[in-house]
Amino acid sequence: MREILDVIFDINNVTATIRMATPIALAAMGGAFSERSGVINIGLEGMILTGAFCGVLGSYISGSPWLGVLFAVVGGGLMGAILAVFAIKLKADHVVSGVGLNIFALGLTSWLMQVLWKNRGTSVSVNGLPMFSIPVVRDVPVLGTILGTHSPLVYMMLILIFLGWVVMFKTPLGLRIRMAGEHPEAADTVGINVHAVQYFSVILSGCLAGLGGAYLSLAQLNWFSMNMSAGRGYMALAANIFGQWNPIGGLGASFLFAFTDALQMRIQTSPIKLPTDIIQMLPYILTILVLAGAVIRSRPPAALGRHYESGRAA
Amino acid sequence: MKDGETERRCEHEHEREHEHEHRHERGCGHQVSTREGEPSRGAAARVVRRAAGRLARPGVSDIAYSAVAVLLALVIGAILIAASGYSVIDAYANLFDGAFGSIYNFANTLMMATPLLFTGLSVAVAFQCGLFNVGAEGQLYVGGLASAVVVLVLGPAVPGVVRVLLALVAGALAGAVLAAGPGYMKARLGAHEVITTIMLNYVGVFLTTFLVKTYLKEPGPVDQTPLLPVGARLPELIPGTRVSWGIVLGVAAVMAVDYILRRTSVGYEIQTVGRNAAAAEYAGVNVPGRIVLAMVMSGAIAGLAGSSVVMGTLYRFITNFSPGYGFTGIAVAVLARNKPWGVLPAALLFGMLQSGGMSMQLFARIPADLMTLVQGIVILFVAAPALASMFLARSRAGAGTGGRG
Repeated sequence: MREILDVIFDINNVTATIRMATPIALAAMGGAFSERSGVINIGLEGMILTGAFCGVLGSYISGSPWLGVLFAVVGGGLMGAILAVFAIKLKADHVVSGVGLNIFALGLTSWLMQVLWKNRGTSVSVNGLPMFSIPVVRDVPVLGTILGTHSPLVYMMLILIFLGWVVMFKTPLGLRIRMAGEHPEAADTVGINVHAVQYFSVILSGCLAGLGGAYLSLAQLNWFSMNMSAGRGYMALAANIFGQWNPIGGLGASFLFAFTDALQMRIQTSPIKLPTDIIQMLPYILTILVLAGAVIRSRPPAALGRHYESGRAA
Repeated sequence: MKDGETERRCEHEHEREHEHEHRHERGCGHQVSTREGEPSRGAAARVVRRAAGRLARPGVSDIAYSAVAVLLALVIGAILIAASGYSVIDAYANLFDGAFGSIYNFANTLMMATPLLFTGLSVAVAFQCGLFNVGAEGQLYVGGLASAVVVLVLGPAVPGVVRVLLALVAGALAGAVLAAGPGYMKARLGAHEVITTIMLNYVGVFLTTFLVKTYLKEPGPVDQTPLLPVGARLPELIPGTRVSWGIVLGVAAVMAVDYILRRTSVGYEIQTVGRNAAAAEYAGVNVPGRIVLAMVMSGAIAGLAGSSVVMGTLYRFITNFSPGYGFTGIAVAVLARNKPWGVLPAALLFGMLQSGGMSMQLFARIPADLMTLVQGIVILFVAAPALASMFLARSRAGAGTGGRG
């Protein structure tokens, strides 16, 4: 019993939680922007995967991991643009086109990886992002362990989540996004270009998910492997719902998922004897339980998943 | 050549289809459908039957849209092949040869199509109720393992036929149980089935791996059960090839689902919930009950996909055996526009892409993952009827008339 408690309350779990929450929280914020504007985004998974691939590609071509990050953001954004065109312009069912996008991204990245690097499992190793530590904070006892040294993308994520919250709830742009998803007719009436706002939001969500992907392939590891997003996009979607379509709420939910994941990895290396396959199920089961509990109290944007056609002449 | 009248009707038919698709996604439509009106009790049955028939059968426009989507996807595939420095002719010749080149290759196509027939049908059934079952992958794992366990546990004392039948029932039950959870959570709590079923995919994979490793492992490096005895397998359909009676079972499942959807009141209620849950509830349909039932049916069929592979192809349960049959099933269902009979050609097409893709990889050294990519494009294109109708309109009436969607 004592052993189990030691494992659960290990401070390193907290550090690992922040680390592992990074890609999920970024993608969850992407989901929040997309869905607040009225577009369901199941495609986050494919956007993360594309970001992870493009990150490695950028670093491979240029030798600079930071250019890789830029590639990842652009690659994720492109996937966002594809989803936007299908869901907004071509009026495809949002969920079906999102799933199609995920399969497309899986095929595309696996294909390109083999064409470029002649290997089906993983890419070549590229230059990854160096760790970054904050001079004063790293020396503070507990805080230093938790926040002192991380990948720069982790700090970037924390800043972006805050900025995303400000944009969404404290700026005219955020108001327009939320109006497009709540009541597109009213938004149109007051002169908001609903489709433009939706394009912006979905592409932004792709960029954020792509950045999350870059974390996987350039910070956590320094190579790309087939299907390396491993369901994080779907977890992000659940985190977004649990977080009430709010970037900060999404961060909180991501912490919860990441904590079970961290715990799962910690238990595998601890003396506690539990079958690994059972432990690996934990984050997924938790997601289901959280979702079942969270949706009772949650209210999605009113016009989510709807296709809006402006009455104005084009 | 069709006359203008028919064309317009197709167009209209198609628009309604599309409307239906994006309405059911939200679970509760705001518009109450006026199509079915309020017929008197006596005429009701006839109207219901005709309406149900129309919903579940693929129409000419469906087939045309799907064909255009597939052709477009293959063209994009060709562009990618060429851009990556391979020969397109080499690739597609090998693809075709691998799929149809000989009896053995064609049997391989049928073998690959067998699980897709089930998973495609599984996704389509759920779709008819407005539910998106992305969990066929996990459901087929538990179904496959349940079948293997029943065959192995019953032992040689029980006749082979009985073992096979019981194993199939067990496979369907296991899949149904795994799908019932998301169905219940959707119906009672409103938890989005896309996420819950995806999460259960991981649970299905990890759970079966754990059970095989812990209780059923055959000694050796691979995590797999012992071989199923010869008498308790699904026999070969064409002797000497790898296609089993599973595909016949799949066609039977298509017929059964088609019958249920088009000829029974339960089937009609399921479709009504899919089209407009609010209207269905208003009309006295037990909406939560039908949602759970549709998920149970969907899960049972997906479970049979696993049984068909375990009992007809692999003859044992191997951990992580599925190369994504459940996900390809989504592509199959979307391509079939969720019509049971549409699933048959769609599954054959994807079976062809898979068996052909393998020989493309083997002989032309072109990564078979290209076929995953083609599947993704097919889903995107079929999901966007505006796109396909744009092409159809252009090819019919020259440039310029299409485009508005």
